This record gives sequence, C-alpha cells and structure tokens, in this order.
Amino acid sequence: MADKIFRVNMTDLSTSIEDVPAEWAGHGGRGLTSTIVAAEVPPTCHPLGPNNKLVFAPGLLSGTTASNSGRISAGAKSPLTGTIKEANAGGTSAQKLARIGCKALIIEGQPQDDSWYSISLKPGEITISKEEKLVGKGNFAVVEDVEKRFSDKIGVISIGQGGEMQMAAANISIKDPDSHIRSLGRGGLGAVMGSKKIKFIALDSGDAKVEIADPEAFKAANKTFTKALVDHPVSQALGTYGTNVLVNIINEAGGLPTKNFSQGQFEGHEQISGETMHDLIVERGGKPKHGCHAGCVIQCSQIYNDIKGNYKTSGIEYESIWAMGADCTIDNLDQIAEMDHILDDIGLDTIETAVAFGVAMEAGVLAFGDSNEMIRIMTEEIAKGSPLGRVIGNGAGNVGRTYGITRVPVVKNQAIPAYDPRAIKGIGVTYATSTQGADHTMGYTIATEILGVGGKADPLSKEGQVELSRNLQIATAAIDSTGMCLFIAFAALDDSTCLPSLIDMINARFGINLTANDVTNLGMTILKTEHAFNTAAGFTNLDDRLPEFFEIEPVTPHNAVWDFTGEEIDTFWNF
Amino acid sequence: MRVQVKLFAFFREGRFIKEDKELPEGTTAGKIVDDLSIDREEVGVLMVNSRHCTFETVLHEGDIYAIFPVIGGG
Repeated sequence: MADKIFRVNMTDLSTSIEDVPAEWAGHGGRGLTSTIVAAEVPPTCHPLGPNNKLVFAPGLLSGTTASNSGRISAGAKSPLTGTIKEANAGGTSAQKLARIGCKALIIEGQPQDDSWYSISLKPGEITISKEEKLVGKGNFAVVEDVEKRFSDKIGVISIGQGGEMQMAAANISIKDPDSHIRSLGRGGLGAVMGSKKIKFIALDSGDAKVEIADPEAFKAANKTFTKALVDHPVSQALGTYGTNVLVNIINEAGGLPTKNFSQGQFEGHEQISGETMHDLIVERGGKPKHGCHAGCVIQCSQIYNDIKGNYKTSGIEYESIWAMGADCTIDNLDQIAEMDHILDDIGLDTIETAVAFGVAMEAGVLAFGDSNEMIRIMTEEIAKGSPLGRVIGNGAGNVGRTYGITRVPVVKNQAIPAYDPRAIKGIGVTYATSTQGADHTMGYTIATEILGVGGKADPLSKEGQVELSRNLQIATAAIDSTGMCLFIAFAALDDSTCLPSLIDMINARFGINLTANDVTNLGMTILKTEHAFNTAAGFTNLDDRLPEFFEIEPVTPHNAVWDFTGEEIDTFWNF
Repeated sequence: MRVQVKLFAFFREGRFIKEDKELPEGTTAGKIVDDLSIDREEVGVLMVNSRHCTFETVLHEGDIYAIFPVIGGG
C-alpha cells in the first residue's frame, strides 16, 4: 500500500486521504513538514488562527527495522518565534504513523465553537470525535485513559493544560514504549494543537508493516549502520550517563550558562552531573540505560526513581537539567526530576519554561535557587492559567518584556539552550542563523568545539565557526528528514561507513538511487525553504542576531563576549 | 609543583574525582594520563584551566587539569 497524505479539517470536521504529490515524495520528517508548511501556510498568518496548519510526519526510515529511526517531526508556524518550526521526538508515534501508511498528517482549520476533539488514525481511516472527559487533564492522565479506551499498544500524541491554554512554551507529548512521555519540545507547537482544539491523537497501526523495496539490501545496510553506532565511544558513554554527561565538561569549558546567563560556571555542577545522576539511578534501582523508542541502540534515556525507589521521570536530558539546574542555580537532582515530571504533565518545554524562570528570578519574582517556589508556580499558577502562570508559560522573552529585564537569552524570541555563545562561539552562529530561533540541535557545533568529534575548533575563536555551523545545519536538516535520532551524527562524523549505510537503507526502502550529494542538496533545500518562509513572514538578516547583552557583558571564567559582526553572521547564507 | 587533576565519567572508576598532585616541573598532560594507567586512545578531551590542550602541553604550578573520555550528548 502506497503511503498517503492524511488530512483533517477542523473547521468543517472533514477528512481526506490523498495521494502524495510528486514534489513531496522524496521528503520525510522535517523536510516534509517544512515543505508542506511552506506550500500551504500563509507566512503572515496568526500562528494560533485558522490559517496555520499543524503537520506530523514520520521520517523516511521510520517504521522499518533501521536502528534509531523512530523520530517523529511536527511542523507549523511557531507561536513563540513567528518563524517556521519543526520539532522532533522519539516515542512510538513515528513508527505507528509510518505503519498506518501515513506519510504526513495535516491538520488545518479551527472549530467555530468551544468543543474539544480527538483524532484517531488507522490504515485507510481517520475518525474525529468530540472529547470532554480529558479536557483540563495532564498528559499522563491522557495517556492512561486513551490506552484504556483503545489498547496499550496504541500510539498517543497529546497536549497538557499548557497546550490547551495556547501558551507559547507548550509542547506536544508523544507516548514512549513504557507509556511515559517524550516531547516535541520547542517553539510552542502544543499551542497550535490547542488552537485547533485537539486534545489527543490516537494511532492504531494494527499488524500493518512498512514495505521495503529491497529487503536483503536493507538488512545488510542496517547491519553496517548499527555496528557504526554501537562501536562509537560516544554512544557507549550516552548509554551510561545519558546526555547529562555534558554538565561537567561544559562547566569545565566555562560555557555552562549559570544564574540567568550571568556566569559561565556553576558551583553546584557536580551535584547535577551525569556522573552523580548515574550513581543515584543505580542506587535507587532505576535504569541508567533506556531507549525512547523501539530499535534504539544508543539508549541515552533512563528511568529516574525518587528516594523511595518509585518512578519519577524518564529521559531527563542535559538541557532540561541545565535549565532547571544551573540557569536557576538549583543543585538538587530530585527537585529537578520533580519539575521535569510536572512539565511533562502540563506539557511545557523544559528549556523555554526554565529559562523563563531564570529571567523571572532576575526580575525578583522569585529567588534564584528556590525550587519549592518553582514547583508551586508550575502546579498552582501555570497549570491553572493564573496571570503569573501565563506570563511564564509564554516563554523567556515574554517574562523579560513583562518585567523590564534586559538580560533575556532568546533569539527570535526562543530561549537559548545550555551553551553560552560567548564562550562557545560556533553554537552562537547556530543560535543566530537557525531558521527556528535559538536551538542547539539545528547545528550542534559543540561536537567539534568542545567534544573533539568530527574535527576540532577553538570555542573561543571566531575562525571557521560560520562554515562549521553551516555544514552542520545542512547535514542536520537532512538527518532530521530520515527519522533518525540526531545522535547518529557522532558516529557519522567519525566513521566512514555510517552515512553510506544510511543512504543505502533509504535506497533499499524506496527502490531509489540517492547519493551523498543528493543528501547534502536535500539539507540545503530544506534550509532554503525554511528561510524563504521566514523572509515572507517578515524576518530579515537583522533578526539573525544575538541579544545585545552578550556583546556588552563579559562572562566568567574567560571574560568572553560575543564579537561576531552582523556582516560575518550574514555570510552563513552564502550557499 | 602542585597541579589539581580532575577525572570525569568512567575515568573516575577505581581512581578519584579530584586530586592535588605534586609533580616535577615540566610534566606533560600526556605523562599524567599515562601515570594514571588511562589508555590514550580512550581520552576524548583534555583541558588546562578551562582551555583545550594536548598530550604534549606542559603543566605549570597551580594549573587545573581535566581529563575526559570520549563523550557526547546534546
């Protein structure tokens, strides 16, 4: 059965299942969501209005047995940034969508009344239902209830209270294999889903499977690919310490943004480090190694138990721990895990929300380090939609404007993540030029600047950084289209068998003959498509800039400032 | 001379997290790695005073020296 486009119109509650247009056929994941948004969404529309569309797409290899291919992409015009947006996550939904035969799910329009709805997909079938029971509930209650209604094998995509209230930091939750939650985190896509009055989407693929054009070639390529992933030492460290292994090294390099980006090192780094977290997890009978989707061979996720040995949270990432930890000067992993759980339940991006708290702390709304007050505000204010809750739930930029703060770490209104661009300059180029606001995953120069993977670059020097960010952003756009986890990039940068075997798998899946050049061109095309959307939405090169405070406030320990000129940054787009 | 040596991730196993060491003048970063029985092949990143360095870098009095295995995240 050929893959189809599943379309849902929430204005008149109509649905259709359509053939894939030829120009979309070679796309998947981010490439497809961005292509569809660029083709069908008016760039000047209000992100929460009827003309925005929310698009979900599995990657090109999702639903197959390819290792690490379980990422789902969602795209729309972002209510946080006003730019085009793609976010991707693990969990089970990419595999379910692909097996349903859904190349992309496009949700358009908006109900005219206050009713809430759910959508369920099966092979060849879309159902829209009214939803009352789960409105106002958090994501964990939604997953539990939807599993009871359908089965525990069902895929679930949902929003919490944050998305219902259309907060700009709201994320979309994806059920993982243990009925816990992964997040389409950045850019407020949960608010777009809330604006369309969809509480959840249930995915039932039954026994359906993805067709492979050349199964033998696919199997052989997957074997080579898997070996490259498993053998790379970074994969091995990720399985032991999780992404949080980065706290200590980024702190050591002086690039760990601390106390709302006023320092580059955090005194309490050891208490929140991956090493400490690993020991705590083992001591409490949790799992240091855990996959966010079936078929992951890296297993950077984990099961974090509380002090009594009961489950608390899963897949607690470096960026979340940094944001709630160093940026808010909280050195207690249990408090951070509690907040991670709460934000998963309410459905808010941990990076955006915690950076917003950091700015609120700067403003004196609460004290730096006061995790009890953070937890109170999350549960009593944000989840209930109080005025303060909405101020914070609409992101770091919103908090800064509300309280008159100038040290507001955002680009295109999206919070800057866990690497200070003054001390690690290449990542600053990525923050500035990314088509989606500040986002480390768009071009992860940290690999080269700090970790020595894929070559070396001096993090305190401007030399070669624009080119490094450009090459990584192009490669990332392509990887984000395959359904692959971005962490295959560590092996891809160092092991010459990794990328060719990935391309071989795509060719064997579809019976085509892509080359490495085609893949690079795909990455460039995606970036240019996204950039053109932003230009048409009113963005110019002057939006590709970091906040002024990075230029005028040196950060310890290197006393470094952001010293790129606008002209230097603008050379990014010379390709 | 005194140098503070810091170890990370699995390099800590059976060794230490942080130790002040009394070392002869001219000691290199690589010599300390060797003396700790750490395989150079397993070393990902070396830093002296928060700057990346190499096995050949000569350490000085008061330096803070950090040794990391090959790690990644993001």
